[in-house]
Amino acid sequence: MTALFKIALRAIMRNKLRSSLTILGIVIGVGAVIVMVSIGQGAKVFVEKQLESLGINVLIIIPISTTHAAARGTTGTITLTAEDAYAIARECGAVGYVSPGMRTTTQVVYGNMNWTTGVSGVGPDYQIIRNWPLKSGRFITQRDVNTMAKVCVLGQTVVTNLFGMLDPVDRWVRVNNIPFRVIGVLSAKGQSPTGQDQDDTVLMPYTTIQRKIMGVTYINYILASTITTEARFEAIDQITALLRQRHRLRPNEENDFTVISQVEFASTVMETSQTMTILLGSIALVSLFVGGIGIMNIMLVSTTERTREIGIRMAVGAKEKDILFQFLIESTVLSSIGGLIGIIFGILVSKLVSYYGGWPSLLSSPSIVVAFLFSNMVGIFFGYYPARKASRLNPIEALRYE
Amino acid sequence: MQDIVLLKDVYKVYTMGDIKVTALDGVSLAIKKGEFMAIMGASGSGKSTLMNILGCLDSPTQGKYYLEGIEVSRFSKNELAEIRNKKLGFVFQNFNLLSRTTVVENIELPLIYGKKISKNDTDEIYRIIRILGLEGFEKHYPNQLSGGQQQRVAIARAIANNPTLLLADEPTGNLDSATSTDVMNVLCDLNRTMGITIVLVTHETDIARYAGRVVVLKDGRVLSDTPSHSPGTPAVHASCETVP
Repeated sequence: MTALFKIALRAIMRNKLRSSLTILGIVIGVGAVIVMVSIGQGAKVFVEKQLESLGINVLIIIPISTTHAAARGTTGTITLTAEDAYAIARECGAVGYVSPGMRTTTQVVYGNMNWTTGVSGVGPDYQIIRNWPLKSGRFITQRDVNTMAKVCVLGQTVVTNLFGMLDPVDRWVRVNNIPFRVIGVLSAKGQSPTGQDQDDTVLMPYTTIQRKIMGVTYINYILASTITTEARFEAIDQITALLRQRHRLRPNEENDFTVISQVEFASTVMETSQTMTILLGSIALVSLFVGGIGIMNIMLVSTTERTREIGIRMAVGAKEKDILFQFLIESTVLSSIGGLIGIIFGILVSKLVSYYGGWPSLLSSPSIVVAFLFSNMVGIFFGYYPARKASRLNPIEALRYE
Repeated sequence: MQDIVLLKDVYKVYTMGDIKVTALDGVSLAIKKGEFMAIMGASGSGKSTLMNILGCLDSPTQGKYYLEGIEVSRFSKNELAEIRNKKLGFVFQNFNLLSRTTVVENIELPLIYGKKISKNDTDEIYRIIRILGLEGFEKHYPNQLSGGQQQRVAIARAIANNPTLLLADEPTGNLDSATSTDVMNVLCDLNRTMGITIVLVTHETDIARYAGRVVVLKDGRVLSDTPSHSPGTPAVHASCETVP
């Protein structure tokens, strides 16, 4: 076996240019697989992280108007109240934290700077539900909510645009011409999976928005976290039952609200990125396949060229399996070298792509091992036919071959 | 003395489409240990076919071939390969050395397919290299050698596994007369000093004269089978020595 290895290696070294071109085919194939898989996996992890930033256990309850055709839409309908939110927190066992939510867009002014942004009215548990740490200051408390305090917490984007490098805590901003004291600054959270800047926001007690800014009594939405990810279906059922009862809906009436689970949204996004990985991976596999055909082609040429050599080896006593193994080893060594270089090449390219393209890549060692084993299999698979052909030669004819 | 080779009524028929060609038409032959035999005949007489069968590269269509008392005529391809490896050595007209492979590696070739190469084998190979006067050329490649030297390498390879029978198919066909004499003397020497049994195919009478026994084939049959010298004396010695 060692002798056969030596023979195979020598044959590869003899035709350096040809061997390297054959190897190149595998290098590109394996490299492409590595790059595609690492980018695909990187994208998956990226999406996962973004979803985590949203809060994976979060349910959003929004009103929908079914009876008042004129007021169709998600905002402006008045079916949800802060009492609904408190009832959910009190009565639904599968729900952990609840926060009523208000939403409007308005201009925020500091000194001579102004910035138009989304202003959200929230409860004290909002920070826990969103799992959103503060950078400085404090968050809105139940006391702020009860007193409709004119305080606000700023997102990073707002801070940057209004204050630059200044620390905004305890400074005053004007919202709708009402002065608000900045009590805290949120840490940066980045983009949401849908591409929105989550840091472009101002948070204040929902009661403040209701009374001081919008002058309404309803709320726009309710944010609730479930006790576990698995409990979300139970939570949805409990909330639905409770709100139907509270809204006095008859059994034949449709819900005047809807409960959206982040998990369902998340799994859609995950599926998309999974599909992309599979798609890219298959394209890469095709190129590995083409590389394999290259090996087969070269091995066929090589066995024909070396017919007389095969004849000589058979004359001195090489058995069919000796010849078969000699050429199988040759093709497998070619593809393994290609596989190794392809892995290095793939790692480099995926690093480059993530560096210059700002696209994350993740290299997992199983995928590298699989790619290497796969390249070996390509060598054996595509080398088998030429090797078998060589081993079946008639020694007399092979010796006479010119 | 023991018959190394015993052919009993051997036929070889090639079928090419509808036409049947009888290459060997009932050949019976016995070769004793230590003999140096030449096979002669015009082209198409069946001498190459006979050589292939003797060399276990091909099997007879009919008839029996005993090599050292073992019937090999019905052996499988793998068994024949084993026999070639252990008991036979080949020398060809066109040398058939592996190009871009050193002299030593060419000579070692039969051993690769036999078993692991031991220290003993390496010593043996260097002994053979000395016998054939190839010292200093161990690391050379065949294309760096003259025709005569290449044929010496081929002979060295043929005897590397210490075969019972050496088959030489027109070994001087590609060589000039001086080198031919040289190569034939090497074969004679091996036959005489090492007792290697040799079967030589040639169409040159001059070359055939080195052998102690000449078999002439015609149309696949043995036309004549004549010893060069009177029986009883080792024919081999006599014939080798009588050549000028």
